[in-house]
Amino acid sequence: MQKLGMGQAVNQALREEMHRDPNVFIAGEGVGVSIHVNPMFPTTGLLEEFGPGRVKDTPVSEAAIAGLAVGAAEAGLRPVVEIMFNPFFTLASDMIVNHAAKLRYLSGGKSSFPLVVRIKSGAGFGAGCQHSHNLEAWAAHCPGLKVVMPSTSADAKGMLKSAIRDDNPVIFIEHMGLYFAPMPVPEEEYLTPLGKADIKRQGSDLTVVTWSGMLGPAMSAAQKLSQEGIEAEIVDLRTLTPLDKETILSSVKKTGRLIVMHEATRTGGFAGEIAAVVMEEGFSYLKAPLRRVTGPDIPVPASPPLERFYIPGEEDLIKAAKEIV
Amino acid sequence: MEIPTQKKIEMLETMLLSRKFSDSLVELCKIQGKIPGMMILSTGQEAVGSGVCAALEPGDVIITNHRSHNHLLSKGADPKELMAEIFCKKTGCNKGKSGTLHLAVPEVNAPCTTTVVGGTLPIAVGRAFAQQYREESAITVCFFGDGAANEGSFHEALNLAALWQLPVIFLCENNLYAGAQRYEEHTRVIDLAKRAGAYGMPGVIVDGNDVQAVYAAARDARQRALEGGGPTLIECKTYRCRGHGETDPQHYQPRDEIKQWQEKCPIPRLSDELVSSRVISSEELKGMESRAEKIVEDAIRFAEESPYPEPHEALEDVYV
Repeated sequence: MQKLGMGQAVNQALREEMHRDPNVFIAGEGVGVSIHVNPMFPTTGLLEEFGPGRVKDTPVSEAAIAGLAVGAAEAGLRPVVEIMFNPFFTLASDMIVNHAAKLRYLSGGKSSFPLVVRIKSGAGFGAGCQHSHNLEAWAAHCPGLKVVMPSTSADAKGMLKSAIRDDNPVIFIEHMGLYFAPMPVPEEEYLTPLGKADIKRQGSDLTVVTWSGMLGPAMSAAQKLSQEGIEAEIVDLRTLTPLDKETILSSVKKTGRLIVMHEATRTGGFAGEIAAVVMEEGFSYLKAPLRRVTGPDIPVPASPPLERFYIPGEEDLIKAAKEIV
Repeated sequence: MEIPTQKKIEMLETMLLSRKFSDSLVELCKIQGKIPGMMILSTGQEAVGSGVCAALEPGDVIITNHRSHNHLLSKGADPKELMAEIFCKKTGCNKGKSGTLHLAVPEVNAPCTTTVVGGTLPIAVGRAFAQQYREESAITVCFFGDGAANEGSFHEALNLAALWQLPVIFLCENNLYAGAQRYEEHTRVIDLAKRAGAYGMPGVIVDGNDVQAVYAAARDARQRALEGGGPTLIECKTYRCRGHGETDPQHYQPRDEIKQWQEKCPIPRLSDELVSSRVISSEELKGMESRAEKIVEDAIRFAEESPYPEPHEALEDVYV
């Protein structure tokens, strides 16, 4: 099986979908000619393969990029636009929040907006808080959007292909730390469904729901906990909305304990939503109070020791696990 | 270029229909519980939508804003379905989800009405991009007001449309007021059309109360766009005879100013010309007026008699 970083997996998905459907085009800042000449990046080589008609470098204009997607999608094209870093979502947010998410509803179901907004995210690069800020909970708070955050290269490929074929607007958030971690990706064509969590490790004592860049630390923590006789079940959420309640609840029913782990900050983070769902619909399964393992409520700092302090790690998860098991 | 007589008559008809439609809403929205939400009318500005839409073909697209009724009627939207939607009824064009403010009529290529000021501009860029991508012989018109010209989206959209030479007309309906702020209080440059030069596109100033001038400017801009000449910014200078919405007391608009502009009403300006040049007779004009009235009466009856949506329908149409 081929081993690809998440950027390469995204690149394969884009290439396959652009070959399959002439309505698919990509646009964004440097999606054609980039300041990064790196085969690990998601749009490398697409300009050469598909030409400037379908690989559109744009001005630095996030509102126009997102509006381009909304208008083109209404016409039946399938735009895949890129927002370079997650904090710049704010500049595109009117078009995404007030338009992509709402215009179908406002049309009474007459129009649809089959667009994908790819967003590069994640701390760990010393880039500071205006380039590193995980805002997935903002997007998940908007009915009308689907929010996808894959954790493996294989899922990124299969889910991006599904997102492009989905008739709804999809916010597809890629953790840049995963661009440089080669992982197995099937050679043959496949689709991975949206809205379906995936159990990446079976366990009986504790459920850990996590996604994106936190899957790695969660898996290694589970290895260590296993050596101490604690078997953690790792639920890779993959899609925030629509939320796969069933997989979460049946796992908690089995283990009786829950930790939600994400890189984003704590207050108003999506862990709170998952905790609330389990309290409402799975309270009787719980043998102990649930825990959140998240970034602290601070902007992501630039200095390496400060940034390491910010990013939740396997030790934080192990500590939380031992508190409740 | 001469304007065909049939076009003149068509424009008079859509202006008359829009005026009757607005006039009826002035009264209806005063009745407690009759029409939910804000009532925003384009009384006195009918020449803009009527003139522009007469210059379009059915395959052309309009993206419009909160003051949309005249644009949509002129593009051919069904008055009954519009009125029912304004009444928030199940039979409305958007099943009561949009109400008076966000009317979407994709079947006449008026797919988006957005009330976020400046929201129309980036969407129109996307819609025009699709036309260029598919090499369609069609254009997109983006309606917005003088207030929207000060949103950041104006800058991003005009720059991108000019850069890619997209087939779009940016149609600024400058009615001299953005909310309670008169033009001079929100913008320094005297003519918004002058901003076009900063983006590398033609800018055209039009008397927005002269429907024939609006038609001619839109027709020329459309032709240029179809020939690959890219976008045009057209500034139609007109006047907001009514408040921002119908609850606005207009205390900041001088009475003389309103009166002067009412005298520049675009409807008699065209109908007088057509009658005096004997294109139509006074009786025919009266007939056109009563036909418009009848269409509006029928639309109101349809809306009144239609049911509201069932509460559970609120959950539908969020996702495909």
